[in-house]
Amino acid sequence: MKLRKVEEHVFLFLMRLSALLIGFALLAIIWSIFSKGLGSLNWQMISEVPKGGYYFGKEGGILNAIIGSLYLSLGATVLALVIGLPIALFINIHLSKRRRLVNVVRLILDILWGVPSIVYGAFGFTVMIFFGVKTSLMAGIIVITALILPIMIRSLDEVFKEVPMGLKEASYSLGSTKSETAYKVYVRQCVPGLVTAVLLSLGRGIGDAASVLFTSGYTDNIPTALDQPAATLPLAIFFQLGSPIPEVQNRAYAAAAVLTIIILVISILARIVGNKYQKNKIKA
Amino acid sequence: MENPKIKVQNLNLFIGKQQILKNVNVEIPEKKITIIIGPSGCGKTTLLKSLNRLTDIYEDINVQGNIFINNEDILNTKTDITILRKKMGLLSQRPYPLPMNIYDNIAYGLRISGRKQKKYLDKRVEHYLKQANLWDEVKDRLKSPASALSIGQQQRLCLARGLAVDPEIILADEPTSALDPISSQYIEEKFVQLKEHYTIIMVTHILRQARRIADYVVFMYLGEIIEQGTAEEFFNNPQQEKTKAYLKGLFN
Repeated sequence: MKLRKVEEHVFLFLMRLSALLIGFALLAIIWSIFSKGLGSLNWQMISEVPKGGYYFGKEGGILNAIIGSLYLSLGATVLALVIGLPIALFINIHLSKRRRLVNVVRLILDILWGVPSIVYGAFGFTVMIFFGVKTSLMAGIIVITALILPIMIRSLDEVFKEVPMGLKEASYSLGSTKSETAYKVYVRQCVPGLVTAVLLSLGRGIGDAASVLFTSGYTDNIPTALDQPAATLPLAIFFQLGSPIPEVQNRAYAAAAVLTIIILVISILARIVGNKYQKNKIKA
Repeated sequence: MENPKIKVQNLNLFIGKQQILKNVNVEIPEKKITIIIGPSGCGKTTLLKSLNRLTDIYEDINVQGNIFINNEDILNTKTDITILRKKMGLLSQRPYPLPMNIYDNIAYGLRISGRKQKKYLDKRVEHYLKQANLWDEVKDRLKSPASALSIGQQQRLCLARGLAVDPEIILADEPTSALDPISSQYIEEKFVQLKEHYTIIMVTHILRQARRIADYVVFMYLGEIIEQGTAEEFFNNPQQEKTKAYLKGLFN
């Protein structure tokens, strides 16, 4: 009896320790970004594009990268949702009786999830050379879509897997078709999980530098059409951090702070929207 | 039996290699309450679910034989399965409302059948909620989520939802097992009223419940039909030894 109590305490301690470690790591990252970056963060930085000599510490801002990142990641997330939602529903509803095939599909998606983003970038670049396409917003959106599609599908898939069988039976018993069951019942039941899937994909898309390096390029201008190149925040951080000038390095941290704030704001907004629909969810 | 509503002939059902239903032959009378009774795991629920082909959605299920509903063999028909299912309402062991508000739960079945005029829907929703004795409790909060209702209310909502697609048959799979005694009694009383218009088939393992409301009884044991007949014959003059033992409570 005594031993079981000790065991209980040990595991409780381990759990608290790991929670503490994760919390500490997160705070450390945020602190290092903001402590180094806040000094350089000002209105000019987020409202102007780089002027001549910006990369040597002169006037200008990173509006080009902020807008570029938003265009790329939002475009890619919407595209990935439009493609990924029907696929995830198809796997769970139309293929629900073909478990072996579904397992193979899931394995492939998991492997794709693990492929490093530079591989997607290089692959996209090869295809672009083949078709003679230049670096552009469009190319960047397509490559990021390919990068986040496995994340989107597998996260949605995990959410749809949890729909209780009884709800499926109830829907079919009312005479629903498979599509009606998918889009009127499954999607409504899974709104909070859907939000999580979208956020995971968006987070990966907006934070990735390697996949857009060759495909969307970099520019000091704000793109006004899909065939123009686009700057991104991760690359803005990368280029500025590589500078020997301390002032420019601090601007890299300020750019990182901007990226963090954008992700935070989008996450909170999405949670609020998701929670509005949570109340309809039927508990298993 | 003359003109049975449902006629099951030589039904064999396998899940993988395991045989769940063994050569089942059943006739179910129209506008009566038929109770399928038997110990847990005897295949009652599986038999019920094969009647509206919910068995289709499970993996590795193999069904052989014939099930005639209104003289149409639903296992070998070209009729769209969704049309067949609309003829049958289902009440499951625990209620599963749809993930939407109370109003939409009832309107769902009508909407997917193409009835979308708001006036018509309003009238029908009220009608079926009244039928299920739920109207007075929810009329002021039709737009609040169905998940917020109590389990007893949810089961009545599911009944109303099932009736709203205008079925001929009600399939009920131990519909009172998750409910409190008052809600259970209500469902039983409602079934007795509803049999005037609907053919009701209810699975239960509660003998007393069967005695209270059954017109016709089907007794199953280990995937086989042991005995079937009118409630009077079944309870007062059982023919099979197994039935006699079951009625005496010798096994459950």
